[in-house]
Amino acid sequence: MSTATHSLPRTIGAHAILLTYTVIALFPVILVIMNSFKSRAGIFGAPLTPPTPKTFDLIGYTTVIGQGDFIHYFQNSLVVTVASLFFVLLFGAMAAFALSEYRFRGNSLMGLYLALGIMIPIRLGTVAILQLMVASGLVNTLTALILVYTAQGLPLAVFILSEFMKQVSDDLKNAGRIDGLSEYTIFFRLVLPLVRPSMATVAVFTMIPIWNDLWFPLILAPSEETKTVTLGAQLFLGQFVTNWNAILAALSLAIMPVLILYVIFSRQLIRGITSGAVK
Amino acid sequence: MAADIRPKRPFRWHIGIFLAPAVLVYTAIMILPLAGTLQLSLFRNIEQHQVFVGLENFRTLFGDPNWSVGFWNALRNNVWFFIIHMIVQNPIGVMLAALLSSPKLRFAAFYRTAIFVPTILSFVIVGFAWKLILSPLWGVAPHLMDLVGLKSLFTPWLGKEQYALTALSLISVWQFVGIPMMLIYAALLSIPEEVIEAAECDGITGLSQFWKIKLPLILPSIGIISILTFVGNFNAFDLIYTAQGALAGPNYSTDILGTFLYRAFFGFQLQTGDPNMGAAIATMMFLIILGGVCVYLFLVQTRLRRYQF
Repeated sequence: MSTATHSLPRTIGAHAILLTYTVIALFPVILVIMNSFKSRAGIFGAPLTPPTPKTFDLIGYTTVIGQGDFIHYFQNSLVVTVASLFFVLLFGAMAAFALSEYRFRGNSLMGLYLALGIMIPIRLGTVAILQLMVASGLVNTLTALILVYTAQGLPLAVFILSEFMKQVSDDLKNAGRIDGLSEYTIFFRLVLPLVRPSMATVAVFTMIPIWNDLWFPLILAPSEETKTVTLGAQLFLGQFVTNWNAILAALSLAIMPVLILYVIFSRQLIRGITSGAVK
Repeated sequence: MAADIRPKRPFRWHIGIFLAPAVLVYTAIMILPLAGTLQLSLFRNIEQHQVFVGLENFRTLFGDPNWSVGFWNALRNNVWFFIIHMIVQNPIGVMLAALLSSPKLRFAAFYRTAIFVPTILSFVIVGFAWKLILSPLWGVAPHLMDLVGLKSLFTPWLGKEQYALTALSLISVWQFVGIPMMLIYAALLSIPEEVIEAAECDGITGLSQFWKIKLPLILPSIGIISILTFVGNFNAFDLIYTAQGALAGPNYSTDILGTFLYRAFFGFQLQTGDPNMGAAIATMMFLIILGGVCVYLFLVQTRLRRYQF
């Protein structure tokens, strides 16, 4: 490595720019969380200072927990996300295995058909999806959301997973076949454990848009029993426009689970992106 | 031995079984509704019956000023939304990635993780948090601008017709800059060491190395990011809806195709919802996105391929 390219001023400049942007990226998040722990006077009097013993107040959180049924919304979001994720990963991996492992007529055509959904957003079919759900009596059920999100997540999952499955050694699979394992056993026992890291990548990519989606909960499942946390937060924020404590607390409650998950999985996510999985 | 391992003659049921669940769900929930929506755009509800009317809905969309004014407004705003993303998000993303990828940079993992945080947050959080920050009631934005002596420039951007759309586009850029950053970062890391060494031997270092060697090599990634941005922008809805409501105020100045579709489909104020007109708008969005994807696949990608290894 030449040292000429890494002179001190250049390094300082790089850190200055990156640090500035980090502040820009984190400032709104920190500001919201910080102020959610303050009294109304504290929020408006000194928005930029962290809560002091004088301004510390949990009134926002007690309002949110007393008014909105957030625990319930949270459960709905969890059920929808986990169930969709399970189906996307299972069905996606199965299809990816079929496409990457076997040669059959229509293989590449099938791959292309499944890849269509990466570019064309499922939202454009909303009008007919709603009719379909009304006709099958699934409106205002979590099942409707799970079905839609499974379909939405499949194209990218199949695409990424089949790339990874091509790398699983053929010798291993053939050894399994010689030992008399069925194709199903080879898939579930040999191949799936080997592609587990890429499954985690796909899981993160699938999970974020599902958890954060507002469009389909708003259209397919807006009832009180089926509200997701994103929709619940949206409606709650609309109702409490003037109650800043409650708004900031609701926002913080919505941010924190995602943020905690992100901090745990960020290494996995970033490795997934930078390993060239999405190209 | 080989006979029952991979029999050539009998139908290989397991392939079908592996493919069936994914293909069934995908076809039933995604492809058929998409086709159904395109089909619905050619029908109209007349006396409780769906009647085939050909391109009549599109004639209404483009000919009837009640619809065409809104449609062109939404399309124009959407184009502006996309332009802001292209000229702000991508250069910032490339710059951050270039800085991050410089070898021996300390805290690179920290910067990467932190800058990606907004991308994982939901639009509801982002829209509302920025609405609060830019609110003149709270005074955070004017206070911050006061610190650098620019307080006089502050106006409630989200409430002014001429600024609202640009402000929202910039908020969206703030949220998504992590994606181009990561993809370009990955592309920069995958440039072979020999290429960089050869450049250094020829005395090409620093900035000129970036412009002359690295940038041409990451052009395919910039192409992918552009098409992802295009699809995402012409399909956007959530941010505008959370920050400005379904009416995309002030005075429709932040209306984009997604919010326009929502209003046509579900109705608002005096107008009742019309699934057929909604389908017609969704069809137009489909054609726009398809057009963009085709331009990318046939024009951009084939040209960029030449630079790849």
